[in-house]
Amino acid sequence: MKTFLRILGALVIVGVVALLVFIFWPVSRSAPTQVAANAPEPAEHGEYAMRLADCAACHTAEGGEPFAGGRPIESPVGTIYSANITPDPETGIGGWTLAEFRGALIDGLDEEGHHLYPAMPYTNYRGLTETDIAGLYHYFIEDLEPVRNEVPANDLPFPFDQRWGLRAWKWVAMPDVGFASGATSDDPIERGAYLVEGPGHCGACHSPRNTLFVQDGYTASDAGFLTGGVIAGWTAPALRGEDSAIAGWTAEEVAQILGTGRNAHAAINGEMALVVEDSTQYLTADDLMAVSQYLVGLDGNGANRGQEQGTPSGGLAERLLDDPATQTERILASADPGMPEGARLYLDNCGACHFVDGKGADEVFPELDGSSIVQAGEPTGLISMILHGGALPSTEARPYALRMPGFADRLSDDEVATLASFLRTAWNNEASGTVEAGAVADMRSEEGG
Amino acid sequence: MARTDTKRDVVIVGLGWTGAIAGIELAKEGLDILALERGPDRSTVPDFKYPDVIDELRFGIRYGYMQRPKKSTLTIRRSLDEEAMPYRRLGSFLPGDGVGGAGIHWNGQTWRPQAQEYRLRTYVEETFGADAIPEDMTIQDWGVTAEELEPYYDRFEYMAGISGQAGVVNGETIEGGNPFEPNRSRDYPLPPLAQQPDSLHFADVARQMGYHPFPRPAANASAPHVNEYGMQLGPCNYCGFCARYGCLNYSKSSPQTCVLDALKRYENFNYRVNSEVLRVNLAEDGQTATGVTYWDAEAEEEVTQPADIVILAAYSIHNVHLMLLSGIGEPYNPQTGTGTTGKNYSYQMNGGTTMFFNDRQFNPFVAAGSSGMSINDFGMEQIDYAAEGFIGGSYMTCGHSNGQPIRGIAVPEGTPNWGADWKQAVGEHYGHSTSLGSHGSNMSYRDCYLDLDPTYTDPHGRPLLRLTFDWKDNDIRMTQFMRQRIEEIVEAMEPDSWQSSYKEDGATYDVRPYQTTHNVGGAIMGESPQTSSINRFQQAWGQHNVFVLGASSFPQNIQYNPTGAVGALAYWTTDAIVNQYLPNPGPLV
Repeated sequence: MKTFLRILGALVIVGVVALLVFIFWPVSRSAPTQVAANAPEPAEHGEYAMRLADCAACHTAEGGEPFAGGRPIESPVGTIYSANITPDPETGIGGWTLAEFRGALIDGLDEEGHHLYPAMPYTNYRGLTETDIAGLYHYFIEDLEPVRNEVPANDLPFPFDQRWGLRAWKWVAMPDVGFASGATSDDPIERGAYLVEGPGHCGACHSPRNTLFVQDGYTASDAGFLTGGVIAGWTAPALRGEDSAIAGWTAEEVAQILGTGRNAHAAINGEMALVVEDSTQYLTADDLMAVSQYLVGLDGNGANRGQEQGTPSGGLAERLLDDPATQTERILASADPGMPEGARLYLDNCGACHFVDGKGADEVFPELDGSSIVQAGEPTGLISMILHGGALPSTEARPYALRMPGFADRLSDDEVATLASFLRTAWNNEASGTVEAGAVADMRSEEGG
Repeated sequence: MARTDTKRDVVIVGLGWTGAIAGIELAKEGLDILALERGPDRSTVPDFKYPDVIDELRFGIRYGYMQRPKKSTLTIRRSLDEEAMPYRRLGSFLPGDGVGGAGIHWNGQTWRPQAQEYRLRTYVEETFGADAIPEDMTIQDWGVTAEELEPYYDRFEYMAGISGQAGVVNGETIEGGNPFEPNRSRDYPLPPLAQQPDSLHFADVARQMGYHPFPRPAANASAPHVNEYGMQLGPCNYCGFCARYGCLNYSKSSPQTCVLDALKRYENFNYRVNSEVLRVNLAEDGQTATGVTYWDAEAEEEVTQPADIVILAAYSIHNVHLMLLSGIGEPYNPQTGTGTTGKNYSYQMNGGTTMFFNDRQFNPFVAAGSSGMSINDFGMEQIDYAAEGFIGGSYMTCGHSNGQPIRGIAVPEGTPNWGADWKQAVGEHYGHSTSLGSHGSNMSYRDCYLDLDPTYTDPHGRPLLRLTFDWKDNDIRMTQFMRQRIEEIVEAMEPDSWQSSYKEDGATYDVRPYQTTHNVGGAIMGESPQTSSINRFQQAWGQHNVFVLGASSFPQNIQYNPTGAVGALAYWTTDAIVNQYLPNPGPLV
């Protein structure tokens, strides 16, 4: 018995020591990697690096000062508030050294060595070049004016409020540090890979995460990478594979939606509007095409997917007078009062802009036939769009913040559910599962985009 | 209470079509600009949101987007002897308010005047002799030519995304277009709208009679369009709610769809709504404007807004009102013919014939504001004024621009306005009627003008504007001529019955029924400060930093809807401001 207690005591001591070591063992920051030979000066490059990394979207609260933080980020375990990253010494990152700043970006550590929650996409930023890191550092420390803004404390239950636990998470989640040589490559596909996988951190939303919130892959060679994720309840669509939202799109069309928020097929919606507004619209034409060519080159994409290209040409009247191509169009065009309720709701509410063929109009009225938001695994985005509408970001090339009205004041929960269910299998759409009225009721009180 | 705000480079009065065009063109130059709009802000969503905007009672009958006479109106009389009475209830014309102005609630009919319309007095004198002009007719040349303005029409049409079929491109006549239009440098940006069966029937008959039918040029987009500012139009779905409504579909060209979101991106441009300009302030010597004073409805105080340049871009009659209140130009005196401010108000002489076809179905619920096939064979350049005994011309259109339930159903004359017989007539004739209408010029006359009313004042204590206007024999002869031509065509279209409505001998101006919101003149452009308020660049003769945009510049009314000319002149003037005035401020003529 005594022996047993002794062993148990020893184990407890070992355990406590291990735990203390786990908690208090000093963190280490990754060493700098190499700098490209002809790297631009940080002073010149800083703002552009900030656009590439899209720091604004998360680090600016709605209506708040740019980069002063405080935007609530909903995570599966609670609400995390983004940090003030202006150079304010007390509430921001004033006084941080380049090494400390790099540590935040690629090791997920603050200047005191505390672990950052992975709402900060440091697992993606691990591929950043020293050039981009130096540019970002210059921008945030030198270019920006300090803004005093104490951000709210995170709203996380125990044990998720214990940052030391993140050490274990990082063992599982962190990819290797260091960038691929493509960062500075003249090959647009390699440059595109760097931009998407690194600073663009596209995978943070567009890749699935496991139960430990670990992103499924960080580069194109990982099968799960960019196969779709969920953010704030909305499906961030797959950008490759079977369900790719950009299947059949040309690189020019991908570039267009990233640069202007709209193209012949779709309109940016949900959280992605912020990305276009703060980041992608500022990319150089070359970088935009690099990103687009890289994405279009992923499996499942490319113009050979057999999807119809763009809106049928010719005047609207001619187009609609053509023989209907789908059963849905035939039903809608029949104008038969006895048509199913979903089709009737579509005619009465949606058809004026999206038309009976569900093809809308280039850059103005998005296609619903083949639409990723309509067919998303989570119908949240579709329900939200019907209830509350949505607005396009105003961009330099396309300033019009075109807005779809919401129909919350016109359609009941049952009607929205019926309409959404209709849309999900209309024309060539193939989403599974019907939308329930209860799901609509839950979202009715939420504000629209 | 009163306050004085920081000086701006430019203050723009009114944020409709011309204010928006001036705003963006000058914002590009980096000028610090403030636009003052007396009405509320308006956007497609939520203000023109489907289906709320499709409410004929609220917007078609009760004028939801129009100025309220209680807040702003004018007095009207028909002759110098009458006492003018306030226009207390909107009828004859409908000035809009709010951001976008009349640009939100028009039908979208977008024309270029014929070349001779800009030099009408000279043309008539050269061609028919000075005697052809009646003694009391005060028509004038504009001081600009069709050739000079062509690039600016082109610019406006491409900015606004006009759907149409060109008739004359670089001297070449194009089959299917208007062969009588002035030469244009290229085709319309968008193909013509699809036409309904009534318009197509008319076109067939007109063609057989030797006329030249063409689709009416439309600011209703036939296809998606992106303009020079990156602004976008979606294709029109032919819902038929255009005039009096904001477009729910991003399809009708308006300041909202074509300019404003691009303009709002300029940090050097700002605008204030619910801010009615009360007067333009002049320097002590009267030679320049120092800015404006406006009523800030939110703060409930008068605000003095200093500015280097003042652009009057309000509705035509309000431009004139402000000039009269501010001492810009000498008020026009109808007795002596001296003075220029308020001179040559003119209107539009329209008439039409309604046809009923028992066996033809026209689906009037499928329509756009500018649907229809037109002919211009009786245009101002096509008529022998000496032989016909009038000066003027018109274009004619067959078709319908809406099938709205309250005002959109024609019934034969003599049908009761209510009850079982009315219901029966509506049932029989809905979808079976169409009209062929004449949209004609209106000349200017010595005693048709605008001045300040001696009796009535507005809520700010300012004298109301007074309109003196009546129909004249010349224009009645014109419309009767058109009636004869139209009735010939109507007979050939073989309706089961038809009825005509044209001004007849002795007709006097009746402000009750709606006629048209094409009120023009009063601050007319021209070649001499003795005969016009503003020079050929729409710059005030007396105050070089005041520019006046809009149909108030027309010395007499054209045969067409005015917006095309208003838009082209706005580009013409802003171009002159940017390239001539800013480098060297002073009189441009």
